[in-house]
Amino acid sequence: MSFLWFLIRRVLTGIVVLWVVATGTFFLFFARPVQTVAHQLAGRTATPEVIQSVINQLGLNQPIMTQYWRFLDRLLHGNLGYSFFTQQSVNTMIKQDLPPTASLVIGGVILWLIAGLGVGIISATRARSLFDRASTVAVLIGLSMPVFVVGSLLLLAVYVPLNQHGFTWVQAGYAGPSQGLGVWTGHMLLPWISLAVVQAAVYTRLMRGQLLTTLGEDYIRTARAKGLSERRVIFRHGVRAALTPVVSQLGIDVGQLLGGVVVIEVVFGLQGLGQVAVNAITQDDLPVIIGFVLVAAAFVVVANIVVDMVYAILDPRVRIA
Amino acid sequence: MSITELNWQAQTVEDLAGRTIEGRSQWQLTWRRLRRDKVSMASLAVIIAMILLAIFAPAFASLVHHPANTAYPIAGESAAGQPVAPGTNGFWLGTDDTGRDLMVRVFYGARISLFVGIVTTAIATVAGVAIGLIAGYFGGIVDTILARFTDAVLAFPYVVLALALAVVFGPSLTIIIAVISFFSWAGIARIVRGQTLSLKEKEYIEAARSIGAGPFRIMFVDILPNLLAPVLVLATLYIPSAVVFESTLSFLGLGIQPPTASWGNMLAAAQNFYQTAWWFVLFPALALLITTLAFNLLGDGIRDAMDPTTERLLAARRKARRGGAQ
Repeated sequence: MSFLWFLIRRVLTGIVVLWVVATGTFFLFFARPVQTVAHQLAGRTATPEVIQSVINQLGLNQPIMTQYWRFLDRLLHGNLGYSFFTQQSVNTMIKQDLPPTASLVIGGVILWLIAGLGVGIISATRARSLFDRASTVAVLIGLSMPVFVVGSLLLLAVYVPLNQHGFTWVQAGYAGPSQGLGVWTGHMLLPWISLAVVQAAVYTRLMRGQLLTTLGEDYIRTARAKGLSERRVIFRHGVRAALTPVVSQLGIDVGQLLGGVVVIEVVFGLQGLGQVAVNAITQDDLPVIIGFVLVAAAFVVVANIVVDMVYAILDPRVRIA
Repeated sequence: MSITELNWQAQTVEDLAGRTIEGRSQWQLTWRRLRRDKVSMASLAVIIAMILLAIFAPAFASLVHHPANTAYPIAGESAAGQPVAPGTNGFWLGTDDTGRDLMVRVFYGARISLFVGIVTTAIATVAGVAIGLIAGYFGGIVDTILARFTDAVLAFPYVVLALALAVVFGPSLTIIIAVISFFSWAGIARIVRGQTLSLKEKEYIEAARSIGAGPFRIMFVDILPNLLAPVLVLATLYIPSAVVFESTLSFLGLGIQPPTASWGNMLAAAQNFYQTAWWFVLFPALALLITTLAFNLLGDGIRDAMDPTTERLLAARRKARRGGAQ
């Protein structure tokens, strides 16, 4: 029961956050002189007639609060508007561009958690070993690398030589799973690695630190003294307790992850949501940008609710607070 | 305190017996430990070298007679209009897509990166310390609001906000510095708040209050000096992330605009040259990597030097356990 209440409370906060983001976005873009807004909405090359029709169509001459209510009303009906560049509905664009982004996020996150947590656990259980030292150095390099540098270097050092030697499985650009799982993996491999390298570094370090502290606790000694196997001591007693701060870090990193996704899409030309948003900026395509900001915010809010739930399952004390 | 620790400390005191004992401040001790750490010293040397390169980039450009934004369509490009390789026609690191000297531009990129990195860290540190102190010291509703705000900033997808701001205000150096500072203070504020919470319960704060010190005097005169050490470590570690942030924005075309050289926009321009001009990709990437790595290593080094208990105690404990097992 307490868990259900916790969930309801989190969802309600999530809705409030979304409303704040939508309001912020609206005033950031629309609370400016009408001509400026209309000019941006209509695109760079718009004629005065087009601009006038945009003003009429969107009611930009009306008081700002009336516009704000209409904006919220459209949002509640799930209508994100139309791109002034391609005349497409933003809803359709987002639906079209979602698959590359989803592929990248899902594969990248799996690879990143396996690599990050796995290396962290091994490092902590063999502290000061050769593996630990090597991984500490690797983590520092990973922490220092911007995502697009990892991507660029991977393209330079892996993609180019492989393709020059006739090994064409690894590719840039996007191909969906419908074109065969092998093709899909070949196209997504380098983007996945790029996403994982940078993010995994943080988690390796965090997991190692947490687990080292946990393994120094008295109850771990008690578990060992009871004669439990080392594996059981480490995973059941050590890792489980060390995992809670890692999960809370996960909530903070969802926003970061999104940034990484945008950059990786641009580096590898994946034509996902992020790349479309960046292109929209160079074309001053305001409706698309607003749509992207709102979808991104919704994603962060939902992901944070999921993370909080996992956290509450791992650590029952959170539900009361 | 465990027996091992006591033994270890006793041993240290015995080792000191021959020497005259002199008082050393926390900073002197830290510096002595840091100086013995080869990795930290090497990083410091790299950082100083980078700063010198950035300062003397114009001088260097006039030395090789290749201004940063001048294209050399004849000497700097091959017959097919491609960048020339390192070492050709006096271009030590080759040229970029429009035939400009790559090395001069990499040095100029250091100016932007280091400037943005240091300025944003300074702003973020001042803001973070002030907010963290106020939240931690006053507690209650002020703390709740500030903590929620901090959490929201930490969780916000910064690239998205940067996209939005770049559209509304147009990309510029000021906007970049504002965006990066805005997303950097929260982490510092959180740590300062935590430290303040524990420090304000100490007896000497009680003493300060009893002789009539006001809240701001207590915060900035009594608590702040005790926070300087962790804040310094954090600041060192924030510089590389600000550098990464700036280069990412510039890479996406939302930051420093060409023709001004920045490592990020150079790498963006290099996007179509993986197959033909490896140097165009490699050198800006290496410059970026070396700089951020040096700051990260130095930050770690300073942290270890300030808090010698962590790693060294761990080693001592392991040594003792291994000794016991034999």
